[in-house]
Amino acid sequence: MTAVPALPEDATAAHEESGGWTGWVRRRALRSFPPDQLLPDKQPIYVASWIYVFGVATIAAFIVALVTGSVLALRGPAWWHGSGLGHYVNSTHLWSVELFMAFMVIHLWGKFFMAAWRGKRAMTWITGAVSFIASIGTAFTGYLTQQNLASQWVSTQAKDGLNSVGIGSYFNVLDFGQMLMWHIVLLPLAVGILVVVHVLLVRRHGVVPPFPPVVPPTEDAVEA
Amino acid sequence: MRVAGWAMSPINLNHPGRYVHWGVIQISVANLVLILLMVAIFAAAILLPFPGKRRRK
Repeated sequence: MTAVPALPEDATAAHEESGGWTGWVRRRALRSFPPDQLLPDKQPIYVASWIYVFGVATIAAFIVALVTGSVLALRGPAWWHGSGLGHYVNSTHLWSVELFMAFMVIHLWGKFFMAAWRGKRAMTWITGAVSFIASIGTAFTGYLTQQNLASQWVSTQAKDGLNSVGIGSYFNVLDFGQMLMWHIVLLPLAVGILVVVHVLLVRRHGVVPPFPPVVPPTEDAVEA
Repeated sequence: MRVAGWAMSPINLNHPGRYVHWGVIQISVANLVLILLMVAIFAAAILLPFPGKRRRK
């Protein structure tokens, strides 16, 4: 094998700074997310607690909801209402969402009481909160598109509330096609993007540490 | 639709939901049980030791 001659130092520097927009994105990505920070193999000791498990449990439930939702989209309502396997996948979709919401709320409680926005983690907190709101919208539009009596009941109850705040003409819960598109395209895409950004921010800033222990003031400090 | 005995729910759900009323608050028993279960899981997650924690030290 022929040895490749090394580039002069100036040429190497010029190569690293060039590359158009792809080079800029690469340099920016490597600076913001170094590989050992993006995919760490060690975590601080305080992460060894069950309360830190609920973030990844939420993501696991979200993946199950996406996979079962994709199967439901492929087979259609006649299948999920009229066959044994369809009932099973439909139920799995429902229960994965139940777990997704439950795990996310427990994750939210844990992070709230840890004040997880500390240490320049405000955007991590905000993306989590917004993805929670988007998830509620996704679950709600899911109830509206079940094509059964429950979805009729939910939509006719919800329309009055939404009309009273003036968004009924843009977000019409009685329009099945519009609600289906919100449920299977727009809102899952929004939740997915928000979750990815949320996880990237957690990787960048690290997992929030617990509060430091409160040390009582010494006698000297009190006298001073 | 007839359901096989082994597949039936351990709790009979074939009736209208039961509700708890407390002043202006009205909540179904199912939702109340779910919230209490989540609070219990939250408390357990804080109090129960995580396996392998001592070894990591």
